[in-house]
Amino acid sequence: MPEAFLILILFQLVGSALQTVLHLPVPGPVIGMFLLAAALLWKRSRIRADKPASSFDTPALSSLSRSLIACLGLLFVPAGVGLVTQMPVLLANGLPIAVALFGSTLLGLMVTAFVMHRATRDRPSPERIPDTGGQVL
Amino acid sequence: MQSFSHTLHQIYARFLPEPNMETLFWLSVTLAVFALGVRLQIRLDRAPWANPVLFAIAFVALGLLVTETPYATYFQSVKIINFLLGPATVALAIPLADSIRLVTRSLPAMTLALLAGSITSVVSGVLLVLLLGGSHDVALSMAPKAVTTPIAIAITTQIGGIPALTAAFAILGGIIAAMIGETTLRRLGITDWRAHGLAAGIAGSGIAAAQVAQRDPVGAAFAALGIGLNGLVTAIIVPLILYFLPG
Repeated sequence: MPEAFLILILFQLVGSALQTVLHLPVPGPVIGMFLLAAALLWKRSRIRADKPASSFDTPALSSLSRSLIACLGLLFVPAGVGLVTQMPVLLANGLPIAVALFGSTLLGLMVTAFVMHRATRDRPSPERIPDTGGQVL
Repeated sequence: MQSFSHTLHQIYARFLPEPNMETLFWLSVTLAVFALGVRLQIRLDRAPWANPVLFAIAFVALGLLVTETPYATYFQSVKIINFLLGPATVALAIPLADSIRLVTRSLPAMTLALLAGSITSVVSGVLLVLLLGGSHDVALSMAPKAVTTPIAIAITTQIGGIPALTAAFAILGGIIAAMIGETTLRRLGITDWRAHGLAAGIAGSGIAAAQVAQRDPVGAAFAALGIGLNGLVTAIIVPLILYFLPG
């Protein structure tokens, strides 16, 4: 588990360093995510029976990641409470803000999902959403 | 012998750093309220509208109001939770790597959906604010709200919006998407986790992605991609779109 945490932190560090050095518009952790995914895929593509298993693509890493993703919502609470500092502005422009937030979020969701749905319809979707879906992760 | 142990205890008590009660208190409150919110949601048949993030935010905000605690003090106490957001974002690489076959197979579809979703989100946000008589500042701050918060703040600074307001919009938009996204899309007959995940990542950034990621690994993979790619695309298209928009 300590190694797994180290891997996540190291990739975040590398991502943040790249962001600073190259002045990228994407935040460090997001760059770290893409880098770790690439590293995992590269490792997996090289796995052969005669070689020992990868040093960092471990069950510990996937179980730690599952735990972190499972409580991802909690991690937004500290920043979310910061809404209290914006209350005066939010209330002063209440109606346009409320309508625009609702309308634009809903439109963005529907357009994205609809285009994705139409464009992948010819290929069978392997995962169907059950009507009473449970917590998978 | 007893006096020896007594002396030891005295030294211990003297040099023990005073435990930071305030930090522990607000950490406990935040964790407890979020856990309560999750239980409540499970009780309500996992209804997406019973969003534990919103529940926790509302409850903690009320707590700050009642105890007259400044937000800065609260944030200082729960910084460790906020810090974990970084490693958790990196952790999204695992479902992404696990579902890479699905991802590469739907790459053209994803590109189309990404462009359509990003442009819709930016244009509708700005136009709705202006149509309803909102100020120019508010409209500009609304433009990048669907993007993950750090990118949104960078964009809004560049185009002349208000960073704190954009952060607030990103969080509120994410909560709205998490609360009504799945139900709305299902009603439209969309039952594919690929579409749900991508839409959550593109229109609702982190908070909506968290909701989807808890439900399905494939959804988590597409939400992770949606967050990352939407950030890139929006950073490029927002300045372009604002150039052509009125105001």
